[in-house]
Amino acid sequence: MSGAGKSAGALAIDVKGLTKRFGRKLAVDHIDIAVPEGEVWGFLGPNGSGKTTTIRMLCGLLRVDDGEGTCLGLDIRSEAEAIKRQVGYMTQRFSFWEDLSIRENLEFVARLYRLPDGRAKVEGTLERLGLVKRQAQLAGELSGGWKQRMALAACMLHDPKLLLLDEPTAGVDPKARRDFWEQIHALSEQGLTVLVSTHYMDEAERCDRIAYILNGKLVAQGSVGEVIEQSGLSTFVLEGAHVRHFLSELQGKPGVDYAGFFGAALHVSGRDRAALEAAIAPYRGRPAIAVSETPPNLEDVFILLQEEAK
Amino acid sequence: MSFSIARIYAVLVKEFLQMRRDRVTLGMIVGVPLMQLFLFGFAINFNPKALPTAVSIDDPGVFARSVAAGLRNSSYFEVVAVTNSPSGARRLLQEGKVLFVVEIPVNFTRDIVRGAKPDLLVEADATDPAAGGFAIAALNGIAAAALRDDLTGPLAARAQGPPPFNLVTHLLYNPESNTRYSIVPGLLAVILTMTMVLMTCLALTRERERGTYENLLAMPATPVEIMIGKIAPNIVIGAIQSAIILAVAKYVFAVPMIGSLPLLGLGLTLYIVANLAVGYTFSTLAQNQLQAMQMTVFFLLPSILLSGFAFPFAGMPRWAQYIGEVLPATHFLRIVRGILLKNNGAPEIWPDVWPLLLFTLAVVTLALARFRRTLD
Ligand SMILES: Nc1ncnc2c1ncn2[C@@H]1O[C@H](COP(=O)(O)OP(=O)(O)OP(=O)(O)O)[C@@H](O)[C@H]1O
Ligand SMILES: [Mg+2]
Repeated sequence: MSGAGKSAGALAIDVKGLTKRFGRKLAVDHIDIAVPEGEVWGFLGPNGSGKTTTIRMLCGLLRVDDGEGTCLGLDIRSEAEAIKRQVGYMTQRFSFWEDLSIRENLEFVARLYRLPDGRAKVEGTLERLGLVKRQAQLAGELSGGWKQRMALAACMLHDPKLLLLDEPTAGVDPKARRDFWEQIHALSEQGLTVLVSTHYMDEAERCDRIAYILNGKLVAQGSVGEVIEQSGLSTFVLEGAHVRHFLSELQGKPGVDYAGFFGAALHVSGRDRAALEAAIAPYRGRPAIAVSETPPNLEDVFILLQEEAK
Repeated sequence: MSFSIARIYAVLVKEFLQMRRDRVTLGMIVGVPLMQLFLFGFAINFNPKALPTAVSIDDPGVFARSVAAGLRNSSYFEVVAVTNSPSGARRLLQEGKVLFVVEIPVNFTRDIVRGAKPDLLVEADATDPAAGGFAIAALNGIAAAALRDDLTGPLAARAQGPPPFNLVTHLLYNPESNTRYSIVPGLLAVILTMTMVLMTCLALTRERERGTYENLLAMPATPVEIMIGKIAPNIVIGAIQSAIILAVAKYVFAVPMIGSLPLLGLGLTLYIVANLAVGYTFSTLAQNQLQAMQMTVFFLLPSILLSGFAFPFAGMPRWAQYIGEVLPATHFLRIVRGILLKNNGAPEIWPDVWPLLLFTLAVVTLALARFRRTLD
């Protein structure tokens, strides 16, 4: 992991009790996050769990109902304007001007931040994106993935110290996703802090740490290993010809907290190892079925957390 | 292609549902026309009465006083000033404080007694010919009737027959009562208000609907910067439009332009900014584009109907005049007619300049106060 270990210093994000209500609904419920400078944090959670809302509060786009804290040492309540100047925020929904060309969008951003070397920055970005030839194309005409890539480039134009990225790779092809993460790690080597929300487990595993939010509450955080460890989960894998038929049998058995497919294999997980073993026992030794234990992966843990919250 | 009632029904239901969700717009759709109907139904008067008038009396005699009293009692005129200086009365006319000056000359009484038929001079501000027509027609009768009661005893014979004076009418600023001269400059006011408000009323609403507002807010631009940046380009458009309208006014409609063009330019700039600010304020208030358009219409109608453009301002009821006084179009209409037709200078237009300034300031303040720096 790129940034791990060098996080001795200050915190780029340090908030406590962050809360947001929409009417009666608690969208974000007393969240504490402390992200050391230079680390890459993954922000995970099911749809509607409050990721976007949290990120918006961090960069001053939503009023904080309760709680306090700092971003880059600046108070999120009173110094939002100063925070904006040093933060790069990429919105979940494409929010650049579709009736401006790619270049015009980038130039607009460069001017708003009053970048002294704005021209060079724009040229460099166009080149890196491979969009030099298409720079005159309207942003609205770009394909979904290219929109994401342009947006990401635009929000990094002013060399922010902190990146808040809301699902930056949704709809982006695998190669571009890999390039994106290489870029993120390179930037983090230079001291940039990143909080990136995602639904991809492989991306979560590329982060120094992850924070998992559920119904507005932060329910797990730490390195991927730690989160898995904290869950106390054991997982068995059933593979073979007819494992598909076992799913309904296994669901709801004592000891089985969660059973589901992972690829073609059936994953059966539970916190109570003894009970789980008992539940699995009937399938052991059957012909054409292989039962083995596997370290639980992040997806198992998250799905379990989500199931438990129901 | 097949035709399906069921599918029409599907679309219909969807539209109704969406309509119902937008309560504010729905309220506006019902409320705005009602309000406008009552507002204009009561405010508009094709036969204007109580027109502000100055009486200049040079004659201490009894007949002069009778004529003045007759004017005061008539419903057409409202005597707002009685003076003995014709030049003072003229200044009131120039400043637009009165529409008429009735001048009773020296020896008016003596000449009537002698049967010499003195002149009764009426000067009318014809920049808006529609305002004065009825009143001037009525004046002869009013003055004659006022004198009739005084013509007793030896003079009783004069009470019969033609009036014992000559009514002399001077139509000032627009001697031929050419309605184009008043309407074309008025159109400048109305067209500008229409396009300028429309230009900016979607300024922020559009950003909000397209989702770009979040991005704009996430970047370091202050509300004032955004407002100026969004208003300024439209000033150029307003300037181009003004130039076109003024050129057509001059070369096609032959509207006289006797006043100072730089002064007019100044007034135009102020007026354009005022209207752009109104539109921008609407865009900070409206939730969606439909609401922004409704607000714009809500503003445009009184600007046309209560500003003195469509109907004479002086003829409206007092409360409607108060509403009119708030509108930029009212003041700009006076400025532009004043400069073009009356050769008004800075001192004469100042009474209409400061309300424009005040209006702009108030609207801008509201816009900045309503500008939401957050998404909630
Ligand atoms: N403007 C709003 N008004 C009312 N409720 C809102 C608003 N924005 C978000 N919410 C609610 O707040 C909760 C959190 O939403 P949020 O967008 O933060 O979720 P998320 O974790 O980003 O989800 P996703 O993964 O789908 O992007 C949801 O229940 C959502 O319905
Ligand atoms: Mg989201």
